[in-house]
Amino acid sequence: MQAFLRKANLFFDLPLTMISRLLIIGSVLILIVTYVTPLWNMAFYSNQYTDGLVLNIYTYKLEGGMSPNRNDLQEINSLNHYIGMRPLLESDFSEFTWLPFVIGALMLLALRAVVIGRMSNLVDVVVLFTYFGLFSLWSFYHRLYTYGHNLDPTAAIKVEPFTPPVFGEKVIANFTVESYPDVAAYALTAFFILLVAAVLFSWRRPIPVRSSVGDEELGYAK
Amino acid sequence: MKSKMRRFTWVVVGAGCILAVLLLPQSCRSKTRVQQRTGAAESAVASYVAPGDVDPYYLFYSGGHSGQIYVGGVPSMRHICTIPVFSPYPATGYGFDKETKEMLGEYTWGDAHHPALSETKGDYDGRWLFINDNANNRIARIELRDFKTRQILGPIPNVSGNHGSTFVTPNTEYILAASRFSIPLPKGTMAPIENYASQYKGVVAGISVDPNTGQMALGWEILMPPFNYDLGDAGKMASEGWAFWTCYNAERATGKLEVTATQKDRDYIVAVDWKAAEKAAKEGKVKTIDGVKVIDPKDVQGVVYLLPCSKSPHGVDVSPDGKYIIGSGKLQSITTAFNFEKIKTAIAKKDFSGQEDGIPVLKYESIKDAEINVGLGPLHTQFDDQGFAYTSLFVESAVAKWKLGTWEVVDKIPITYNIGHLATAEGDTVSPDGKYLVALNKLSHGRHLTVGPSQPECSQLIDVSGEKMKMLYEAYTEPEPHYAQIIKADKIKAIEVYQKADSKHPNAIWDVKDARVERKGNNVNVYMAAVRSSFEPNKIEVKQGDRVTIYLTNIEQTTDELHGFGLNEHNINVVVDPGETKVIEFVANKPGVFPFYCTNFCSALHQEMQGYLLVGGGKPGQSQLSKAAGAQQ
Repeated sequence: MQAFLRKANLFFDLPLTMISRLLIIGSVLILIVTYVTPLWNMAFYSNQYTDGLVLNIYTYKLEGGMSPNRNDLQEINSLNHYIGMRPLLESDFSEFTWLPFVIGALMLLALRAVVIGRMSNLVDVVVLFTYFGLFSLWSFYHRLYTYGHNLDPTAAIKVEPFTPPVFGEKVIANFTVESYPDVAAYALTAFFILLVAAVLFSWRRPIPVRSSVGDEELGYAK
Repeated sequence: MKSKMRRFTWVVVGAGCILAVLLLPQSCRSKTRVQQRTGAAESAVASYVAPGDVDPYYLFYSGGHSGQIYVGGVPSMRHICTIPVFSPYPATGYGFDKETKEMLGEYTWGDAHHPALSETKGDYDGRWLFINDNANNRIARIELRDFKTRQILGPIPNVSGNHGSTFVTPNTEYILAASRFSIPLPKGTMAPIENYASQYKGVVAGISVDPNTGQMALGWEILMPPFNYDLGDAGKMASEGWAFWTCYNAERATGKLEVTATQKDRDYIVAVDWKAAEKAAKEGKVKTIDGVKVIDPKDVQGVVYLLPCSKSPHGVDVSPDGKYIIGSGKLQSITTAFNFEKIKTAIAKKDFSGQEDGIPVLKYESIKDAEINVGLGPLHTQFDDQGFAYTSLFVESAVAKWKLGTWEVVDKIPITYNIGHLATAEGDTVSPDGKYLVALNKLSHGRHLTVGPSQPECSQLIDVSGEKMKMLYEAYTEPEPHYAQIIKADKIKAIEVYQKADSKHPNAIWDVKDARVERKGNNVNVYMAAVRSSFEPNKIEVKQGDRVTIYLTNIEQTTDELHGFGLNEHNINVVVDPGETKVIEFVANKPGVFPFYCTNFCSALHQEMQGYLLVGGGKPGQSQLSKAAGAQQ
C-alpha cells in the first residue's frame, strides 16, 4: 500500500514533457472547432422526405436543415404536433447557455496544466472531461426519452411512447431516424485522446534510486 | 529513444482505433434515400400511347376549388380537356351565355370533390357524370353525350358543406349528399355555438335522379346528430338498397377540431336503408323542413344505424360483391372490414351497444370481420378484378394492396407525396377492371419544373396488373383533384357535332340569309350565324341603353370547327360548337364602337372574322385609366 501511494505520488508529481505540453496545446486548439460545428446530428427519412429532415445540435444552439424551400426544424415541430410531442425550442435547452462555458473552462484547465507542467493538473482535466462527457451523453438520452414519452394525451394521433435513437438508426412511425455524432463530438473525442496521449508521453516507470539519506527507494534518476 | 517511438506508435494506433469505431457508423449514414428507378423503358412503353392513338380509359378527376372537372386519358395521363362546372371558363365560353350564367347563379366558384359516373346494375353506363360542390351545397350533372354541364341543383336545403357526395346507387336512383358542417336548421336559423351538441344538426340525403333524363330533384333527407359527415358509398349486390357515410367528430365538439374532435377512439359509419327511407318519405312519415321531406330517426325506426369505426374515418367503400364495407380511420393504421351479413344480423337481433339521438349503434365486435394493418393514415379503398383492395395511406405516402377475405397485406408502393384518394379502373363498380391505379397526391413538393410557390398536384399512374404494383408515370394538374373515376372509353358515346336536324333552338338560324337585327322597343334581337370566316350580321347598330340579345348559331357541321364571339370591353366571350346555338344578353350601356371577333381559331381567315357593335345616342365617355389619371393630378 505504502509503495502504491508512493508510486501514485511520484506519478502525479511528474513534470510534463515538451511533447505532452504541445499535445495539450493542440488539443485545446482542436476544441475551438466545437464553437462552430454541430455536436450531434439527427436525420428523419420518410417517403415524403427522402433527403431527410435534418436536425443539427450544437453546444450552443439547435438548428434545423435550412433551404429556401424548407425549414426542417419548423417542419419537424409541425409533424410532431400531431402525436402531441412538445415542440423543440432552443429556449427549452439550458445546456445551450452553459455548455460552451464548460468547454471553455476545460480549455483553460488544460492550458493551466501546460503552464504549471504537472501531471496532476493534466489528470484533473482528463477526469473532469470524462465526467462531463458521460454526463452529457446521459443528459442527451434523457432529453430524447422525455420528448418521446411526455406526449400530449389529447393529441390527434396516439402513438406508443418511444425514445429516438442516441446513436444509430430506428424506425418511428413512418420515419427512419438516424442519429450520429458530428464534427464537434469528434473534436471532443480528439481532445480526450490527445490528453491521454499527453499523459502517456510524460509517464515514466519509477526505478529504485538512492535517496538523500542513503535509502533505496522508488524514484527517478536525476 | 526507442521506447519513445514505441509509445508513440501505441498512442497513434490506439487513437486510430477509437476514431475508427466512432466513424464507422458515419459511413452507413445516408445522404438521401431515393427510390430505385428501374425498368424505366418498360414503364415508358406501358404508359405510351402513340400520336394518333387513343387511350383505352377515360379519367375524370375533380378540380377541387377550381370548380371544374378535368378529363384525362389512361394510361397516357394526358390532360385532354377541362369541363367547366361551378366556375366560369372563358376557354369554352362557359358562364358567359344566358343558359350557363343562369345555371351558375350567384356563385362564381364551387369546390368540386367527388365525381360519380352514372350506373346501371352497379356498373358505369357512360350517360352522366355527377359532381358535388362542397362549398355551396350543389350537385351538377354533366351529360357525357357532349361533355357539358347541363344541370346544377342547389344550394340543397338543409345540407351544409356537401362533402359526402356524389356517390350514386347501383341504378342511379339516388345521388348521396351529406352535411360536412352541421348547422342549426332550417338554414337562416341562428343558434349560439355553445349549443352545438343539441341545436346543430347534420343531414344525410338522397337526391333523386330521373332515370331517362338524368334530371335531379330533392328526394329525402335524414336528420342526424351534429357530427361531420365525410365520405360515402352506396351498397351494391349483397348490400344493394343501403347507403353508407363516414363521420368524424362523434365528440360533437367545436373550436379547434384538430384536437377536440379527435379524442374518441371510434367514430361512426352511418348505414342508411335507403329503400326504407324512400318508403317513409312516400308514406309521409316526415317533417317538412325548408320544403324538403326530412325523416327524423327518433320518429321513424329502421332507417338509419351507426357502425363504430376506427377514429376519424375518411373513406367508406363497398367491395364489388357488396359483402364488405371497408372503413378507414385516418388517424390509425388500420382499415376495418365490416361484414354486411353480420350488420343485418345485428340489426335483426338488436345487437346494439348504445344510441345517438335515437339512432342505434351496432356492437363493433358483432359486425367487424377484420382490422387490416395497412399502414399509417388509411384514407380510401378501391378494388380490382382479382379480389384485391388498394388503400391509400396519406401519412405514410403509400398505397397498400391487400386481399379481401384473407385480409393479408401483400404489397406496398411509395408515392410522392401524401396520397388522398385513389382510383382503379372502374374500381368502385360491381366489376372492376384492375390494370391501372391512379394515385391522387396532395403534395408534389416541387418534383416538377419549378413554377413558384403555387404548386400543382401530382397524379401517379400505377400498374396493378401484376403481383407487385409498378410505378409507371406521373402527371400534374391544377388544384386539386379529390377523387377520380376511370371508365372504359368505349362506354362513352360522345358526339362531336350538334346535328342541324336535332336542333330545337327556337331562335337558331341555319342560313346566313336569315341573319338579321330586329328591334322591339328597347330590345334589340340579333339572329347571328357564325361560319368560316364571318359573322352574319357583322354590324349591330343600337342605341345606348338598349337591351341586346344575340342568338348566335355556329352553322358548321364539321368536327372541331368552333367559333368564339368576343366583344371588346364588355366582358363577353362565348364559344359555339359546330351546330350549337347560344344566347348572349347584355345592355349596351357604353356609347361608341366596339369590335367583336372570333376568339376560337377557326380558319385561314380567322383574323378577318370580325364585326362591329355601334352604340349611338350617348356622349363620348372617358376611359377608366384617364379618369384615374385625372384623379391623381
